[in-house]
Amino acid sequence: MAKITSLNDLRKIKDDLQEKIRLRENAESPESMAQIKVGMATSGIASGAKEIFNFLVEELDKRNVSAVVTQTGDMGYSYAEPTIEVTLPGQDPVVFGYVTVDKADEIIEKYIRNGELIEGIIPANYKTIDD
Amino acid sequence: MATFKYHLLICGGTGCKASDSDGIITSLNKEIKEKGLENDVKVVTTGCFGFCEKGPIVKVLPDNTFYTQVTPGDAAEIIQEHIIKGRKVERLLYTDPETENHIADSKHMGFYQKQIRIALRNCGFIDPENLDEAISRDAYMALGKALTEMTPQEVIDEIKKSGLRGRGGGGFPTGLKWEFASKNEADQKYVVCNADEGDPGAFMDRSILEGDPHTVLEAMAICGYTMGADKGLIYIRAEYPLAIKRLKIAIDQAREYGLLGKNILGTDFNFDIELRYGAGAFVCGEETALIHSMEGERGEPTFKPPFPAESGYNGKPTNVNNVETFASVPVILLKGADWFSSIGTEKSKGTKVFALAGKINNVGLIEVPMGTTLREVIFEIGGGIKDGKKFKAVQTGGPSGGCLTEKHLDTPIDFDNLIAEGSMMGSGGMIVMDEDDCMVSVAKFYLDFTVEESCGKCTPCRIGNKRLYEILDKITKGEGTMEDLDNLKNLSNVIKDTALCGLGQTSPNPVLSTLDNFWDEYVAHVTDKKCPAGACTDLMNYNIIEENCVGCTACARACPVNCITGERKMPHHIDQAACIKCGTCMEKCKFNAIELI
Repeated sequence: MAKITSLNDLRKIKDDLQEKIRLRENAESPESMAQIKVGMATSGIASGAKEIFNFLVEELDKRNVSAVVTQTGDMGYSYAEPTIEVTLPGQDPVVFGYVTVDKADEIIEKYIRNGELIEGIIPANYKTIDD
Repeated sequence: MATFKYHLLICGGTGCKASDSDGIITSLNKEIKEKGLENDVKVVTTGCFGFCEKGPIVKVLPDNTFYTQVTPGDAAEIIQEHIIKGRKVERLLYTDPETENHIADSKHMGFYQKQIRIALRNCGFIDPENLDEAISRDAYMALGKALTEMTPQEVIDEIKKSGLRGRGGGGFPTGLKWEFASKNEADQKYVVCNADEGDPGAFMDRSILEGDPHTVLEAMAICGYTMGADKGLIYIRAEYPLAIKRLKIAIDQAREYGLLGKNILGTDFNFDIELRYGAGAFVCGEETALIHSMEGERGEPTFKPPFPAESGYNGKPTNVNNVETFASVPVILLKGADWFSSIGTEKSKGTKVFALAGKINNVGLIEVPMGTTLREVIFEIGGGIKDGKKFKAVQTGGPSGGCLTEKHLDTPIDFDNLIAEGSMMGSGGMIVMDEDDCMVSVAKFYLDFTVEESCGKCTPCRIGNKRLYEILDKITKGEGTMEDLDNLKNLSNVIKDTALCGLGQTSPNPVLSTLDNFWDEYVAHVTDKKCPAGACTDLMNYNIIEENCVGCTACARACPVNCITGERKMPHHIDQAACIKCGTCMEKCKFNAIELI
């Protein structure tokens, strides 16, 4: 590693390095950014959820979109796998079904970045025990 | 570079290492390799999470799952269940003691809810042996800001404005201390970090050095800039091998990056840091004794003035600050004095780190805003007293502090309030005592420590403390008189007034505060020859209740000194003169026929 010779250098290095711990920083304040849960039970994985999960993690990082991506169990929409649930800060969760790489791309660009609703939303049809 | 999907943070502090956190890391890495997840999961060793009671801790991110008391054998399950299948391992989650529900997320644990982490901001978050991770969390950014955008006086003013006071015990305003050192002209000046943490039961400084060493190095450089010093020394006790190792790594890394050394960040500021090892003498936490020890002399204090700011290490102007004080400095410069002073009480700003120990459920390291009450610390964060026993007292300030009781529980903790109540902040050790602790014995324990640690230079401390100890010993043996109690008080006050340094001036505090708060307990020892807590063995007698004794002979057979006699099926009898009060008979008796009186 070359010596750091100015404050600007240090700032630049910091910005580069921040990527490495972004995951940890985001986990500290999950309520302030989009949270994406990918349904990754057997049926989800069989329909390609793993690929979607990887795509989301890598692309969000590349595109500098702050979001927390976690995997979760079966959401119950087996007919529409892979499914993902996106919660934007301060909003109700929205579930997308039949997610492909293209669809995931659209979700990042339109819904997560701009809050624009797009096709493929599965309406919530249950209450949780907290409701 | 691979984008990791999971980070597994594992505590690498001394406490968790002792419970084999290294073994957990090895088996996690092995599992990850076997399952081919090397590019998905990153294992990071961090500093202390503070929740030592439930260690070793493994934290899984991004979903913030907090696993407690993990063993190397659990690694396979964590990888298989949590990482591959996305199911949390329920049995390793923290259980809320009140609701008995599993809590997955550390944010919802009572232990963390009241805390604000400033000095500990990176402990348990970054890998302390990796400068890159520290930089990504703003390490050396405050130094950069100071060097390029602020004059030394502006930095001092900012620290003064923040209201930061020395965290080592005295509570002297840090900015003022820096200003004194900056005003004294000399060809060479020194910045010294006091890492000689000596209070029994305290481990705040060790945890900061083990968890985030760069923050201390950075703050020392900032201090060097304000006072015109190019040399820093860290006085650390040799009993802290892990902290020493991590400091050495940190210093090497900082030098390699040019963050220590010549022309730091392209400015004409030079600063380098060396370590000095202490042999673990309590008095060396006193700054003049510390300086003498670093010079190779005996670790004995000298009279102030002259203060180290004028004539310190090698007779040159020296500024000595404690580890935790330094750890707060970079954040103040980055977030501003106003932000810092918005936290805390009127005269004590910011947060304070405490090491919780003793009869408390959540033994560990916590950081709370000044002004938090003892009740919040002990019952909400600390989870209350072990085994449902009754709270009796909390000892703050180590051997220099005093005991606080039930009636002080709602006192907001800050420097001045604790002194007003007859204790002190000290470096932040908090030892919690329950109904089974005898306060006379507690005072005796601390005096025993002070007698051992007194350097012997001044008479009040060398001889006075020894006499205090002897009187206390006499009382716990049931040989004390009311006159002894008067003598205790008078002698304590004389030592306080006449001892040379802080050690002697504060050493009678445990005696005075227990006399104040537990006078009845002293009187019981003296007049009734009884120890109400049942802790002083010399004042206790085991007695056989004749009505309950069936003469089974179990006690007589177990007694190691054969002092129990009696016919089979007849009540037995204990020969009090021969009894060694080991309590074996009471343990063996199945008929509740043995009592302690």
